[in-house]
Amino acid sequence: MSKSAGNRRPGVFAPAASTTAGPVLEISGLTVSVRGEDGERPVVSDLSLSLARGETLCIAGESGSGKSMTALAIMQLLPQPAARIDSGTIRLRNMDRGDIDLAALDERRMRHIRGDRIAMIFQEPMTSLNPVLSIGRQLIESIEAHTDLSRAEARRHAIEALKAVRIPEAESRLKQYPHELSGGMRQRVMIAMALALKPDVLIADEPTTALDVTVQGEVLELLRDLQREHGTSIILITHDMGVVAEMADRVIIMRHGRMIEEGTAADIFARPQADYTRELLAAVPRIGTGVGRRKSVEAEMRGSVAVVNDLHVRFDLHGGFFGRVNRRVHAVEGVSFSIAPHETLALVGESGCGKSTTAKALAGLVPYQGDIVIGGRNLAGLGRDQRKAVRRDVQMIFQDPYASLDPRMRVGDLVAEPLLIHGIASKEERSQRVASLFERVGLSADQMELYPHEFSGGQRQRICIARALALRPKLIIADESVSALDVSVQARVLDLLKELQREFGIAYLFISHDMAVVENISDRVAVMYLGQIVEMGTRDQVFSNPRHPYTKRLIEAVPVPDPAKRRPRFARLDQEIPSPTRNIGEDPPKLALKDVGNGHLVAVS
Amino acid sequence: MIAYLGRRVIQSVLILLGVSLITFALLYLLPADPVRQIAGRSATPETVESIRRQLGLDQPFVIQYWHYLVSLLSGDLGRSYIQRSEVTELIVSRLPASLLLMVGAILCELAIGLTMGLLAAVRRGTATDQALMVASFVGVSAPQFVVGLLLLYVFAVRLGWFPIGGYGSWRHLVLPSLTMGILGAGWYARMMRSSMIDVLRQDYMRTARAKGLARGAIIFRHALPNAILPVIAMIGIDIGIFMGGIVVVESVFGWPGIGQLAWQAIQRVDIPIIMGVTLVSAFAIVLGNLLADTVAPFIDPRIKLR
Repeated sequence: MSKSAGNRRPGVFAPAASTTAGPVLEISGLTVSVRGEDGERPVVSDLSLSLARGETLCIAGESGSGKSMTALAIMQLLPQPAARIDSGTIRLRNMDRGDIDLAALDERRMRHIRGDRIAMIFQEPMTSLNPVLSIGRQLIESIEAHTDLSRAEARRHAIEALKAVRIPEAESRLKQYPHELSGGMRQRVMIAMALALKPDVLIADEPTTALDVTVQGEVLELLRDLQREHGTSIILITHDMGVVAEMADRVIIMRHGRMIEEGTAADIFARPQADYTRELLAAVPRIGTGVGRRKSVEAEMRGSVAVVNDLHVRFDLHGGFFGRVNRRVHAVEGVSFSIAPHETLALVGESGCGKSTTAKALAGLVPYQGDIVIGGRNLAGLGRDQRKAVRRDVQMIFQDPYASLDPRMRVGDLVAEPLLIHGIASKEERSQRVASLFERVGLSADQMELYPHEFSGGQRQRICIARALALRPKLIIADESVSALDVSVQARVLDLLKELQREFGIAYLFISHDMAVVENISDRVAVMYLGQIVEMGTRDQVFSNPRHPYTKRLIEAVPVPDPAKRRPRFARLDQEIPSPTRNIGEDPPKLALKDVGNGHLVAVS
Repeated sequence: MIAYLGRRVIQSVLILLGVSLITFALLYLLPADPVRQIAGRSATPETVESIRRQLGLDQPFVIQYWHYLVSLLSGDLGRSYIQRSEVTELIVSRLPASLLLMVGAILCELAIGLTMGLLAAVRRGTATDQALMVASFVGVSAPQFVVGLLLLYVFAVRLGWFPIGGYGSWRHLVLPSLTMGILGAGWYARMMRSSMIDVLRQDYMRTARAKGLARGAIIFRHALPNAILPVIAMIGIDIGIFMGGIVVVESVFGWPGIGQLAWQAIQRVDIPIIMGVTLVSAFAIVLGNLLADTVAPFIDPRIKLR
C-alpha cells in the first residue's frame, strides 16, 4: 500500500491541494532506446518537461515521434525487453515524503504508483479491456489493488466511478462484458477505471483516435469536466491538432524523439517558432478552407459513371432451433446517388452507418438488392463474365495500407496483378505499365522489386493507388484511404488523388469519417445515418448550410485546430446510437429526401 | 441454449450412425472369416455353413446392417462370437476401468502440460523456456509403448514404488495415467505456450499492468482464462486420441478396460465386440467435443451457443 487508505479514500478526496505549488511530475533528460535488428536506436532523446497540478499538457507529433514511448516510460511499461530508459529522471511529487524518481523505482514499488498516483488510458477501447472479465470485476479489482476497502465498498465506488463518467444504469452495467458495449462506452469505462482512485496524473494516449467524431467530442468534454472536479493533471498524447487546440493548456511538439517546440496552446497555434510546427499546422485539414473547386464542365456534360438506385444490403442473422433467419442487419436501406466523371462524391457518417457496405456493394463484394449501373450498364442484367468486365471500371483503395498488401509478394507484382487477372497486356507491356504507374504515383520504377514491409505507410498507400489505377478505372472507391496516415503524409496523398483526377478524369467515391478531409476533397457530400442518406448536396450546401440535425451535429463535433475558437460546451448525447439490427418484418422507417433548393436534398421523416 | 443442445444431439446421433455404417462395412469387407475362427480348423463345411446361417452372416450386407441397427436401438449390441456373452455386459463391466484411466490421464496431461506451457510463456526466451520445449518435444514424439515400458522399468521394477501391472488401488493407476498423459502434456505445453504468448501481447494485459495489479493477478486472472480457451477445445479431440492409446497402454499394463477387450476381439475377428467398442469410443469422442463446446461460453462470454 503506497499510502494509508484513510486519508485518501476514493470519493472523499479533497479538491486539488493547491497548497503544494510546483510541478506534480518533472522529467529531465529522459532518453529511451529500443534494441532492434539494426542495433540500439534512441526513440526519445534528452526530453525534459514538467507538469503542473491541474494542467493539461498535450504531447503532439506524428507516428514515430516518441510520444507514446514517453508515456510508457513514465509508467515503466516500456515493451520488455527491447526498450529501456538509458538516462534521465522522472520525478513524481510525493506530498509529505519528498520526490520519487520513477525511472529508478523497482517493479514492486512502481506497482503502487501505477493506477493509484498515475493512471493511463489507451487508444484502443475495443482491445484495452479484458474480454472475459465483467466491467464490474475489472473496475473493482483496480480499486481493491490500492485500498483496504471491502468488496462491497469497492463495488459502491465502482458504481460511483461509472456514474461519474455518465454511464447510464451504472449498477446493471457492472455485470456486462466489454463486447456488449460500444467503443465510446468502453472508453468511458477505461476513464472510470483510471479516475476511480483520483490519481494525481492521468496519461491519455490517443484516447479518442479510435472513436467516432461525435463520441470524441463527448469523451473530451468528459475529461475536461472530471479534471475540473478533481484537479487531475493530464498528459494528453495525440496526433490530432484539433484535439490539441481543444484541450491543451501547454503543448509540446515532438519529432524523431526530440522536443521541437514547447509553449502555451495559444502561442503554438498563433506564433509557431519551429519550421516543423509550422509545416505540421499547415498540413492539418480544416473545415472552411476547401479550395473552392469549381464543378468542371465535363462533369455536367457527360452522363454518370455510376448510378446507384434504391440500394439495399441486409445481412441475415440465424437463430432458433433450426437456425432460421430471425433477425436482419439493415446495413444499407434504400440509398440512391450518382457520380459523374471528374467528380468526387464523399460518403460520410459514423461507424456502422453503412458507408463501407455501400462501397462494397458497388465493388461487387457483397450481395445487394436494387440497381447499380456502371458506365450505363445495369449489373443486375449481366452474366458473370460481362459483370467482371464492367467491374474493371471500379477499383478500391482501402484504409489500412499495412494489411491490404500481401507481405509475401513484390510490390511490382502486386500492382501488375489486376492486369494479370483480367488478362490484359503481355508480360513486357505489363512491367512497362507498372513502371509508369510507379512513377505516376511518386515512387520510382526500381522499387518494384521490393516487398511491402520495406515501405512507409504513405508509400504503401501510393502502391495501393497504383494498383487501383492499373486497370484505368472510371471510378475509384477510396474507403477511409487516408485515415491511417499522418497529417503531412495525408495532405500529400490527397494532392496525388486530386492530380490523378485532373489527369485521367476519374470519379471518386470518397468514404471518410473525417469531415475536414471530406470538405477538402469533395464536390458533393452525402451524409449517412443508420443505413440511409439523411442529407446530400454540393460541398458548400452541406458544410455552409447543413439542414439535417445529424449533419449539424457531425460538423459541430469536429475539433477546430485553433485554441482561440474553442467550442462552447458540446451537446452531450449520453446514449448509444440505435442498432440497425431488427426482427424480421420490422423494416426501418424509410426517409424521404426533399429538395430544399438547387439539388440540396434533406431527409424529412 | 436448449435449441443448440437439441441440434447438437441430433448431429451426434447422425455421426454415430455414420461411424456404425463405416465400421460395419469395413468389417464386412475384411478377408478374415469370423465363422472359421469360431468353428475351428477341423470343422466340416456343413458345420461352417450352419454357424454362418445361425449368426445371420449369410444374409446380404444391407439386411445384416439393418438387423444390427434394429437391435442397437433397443440397447442390444449383440453377442460375442467367442466369449458367448452379451457385448453390452462385457463393455459395461470394463468401462469403469477405462474411464478411470482416462480421467487420470487427462488430469496428468493438464497438470503437466498447462504448467509447462504457462511457465515457458512467462519465461519466454530463457533457458527454462528452451528446456521445457525440448521436454515437450520428447513427450510428443516418444511412442507410448516405449514410455510405458520405460516407466515400468524405472518406477516399478527398479524403484518398486508402483505395482508392475493390474488394477485395484490408486498406485495401479499412476503409471498408466502418466504414460497416456505424457503424450498429451507435450501437445498442451506447446499450445498453452503459444496461446499464452499471444495473450500476453494483448492491449488488455498492458491495461492490467497500468492498473498496478500484482503479477499473480495479471497472469492468473487476466491472462490464463483467455489463454486456456483453445486448449479446452482440444480436450474434446483428445478423447479420440485416448481411445487409440488405451488399446496399447491397457495391454502394456494389463489394465482390464475396453482397450484390452478390443485388442483381444481384433485378434479373433469378434465382430460384435469390435463394433461395440468402436461405437462406445465414438460416443465418448462426440460427448467430449460437446462438453468442450458447452464449457467454452462459461469462460469466454463472447461465445454464444446457437
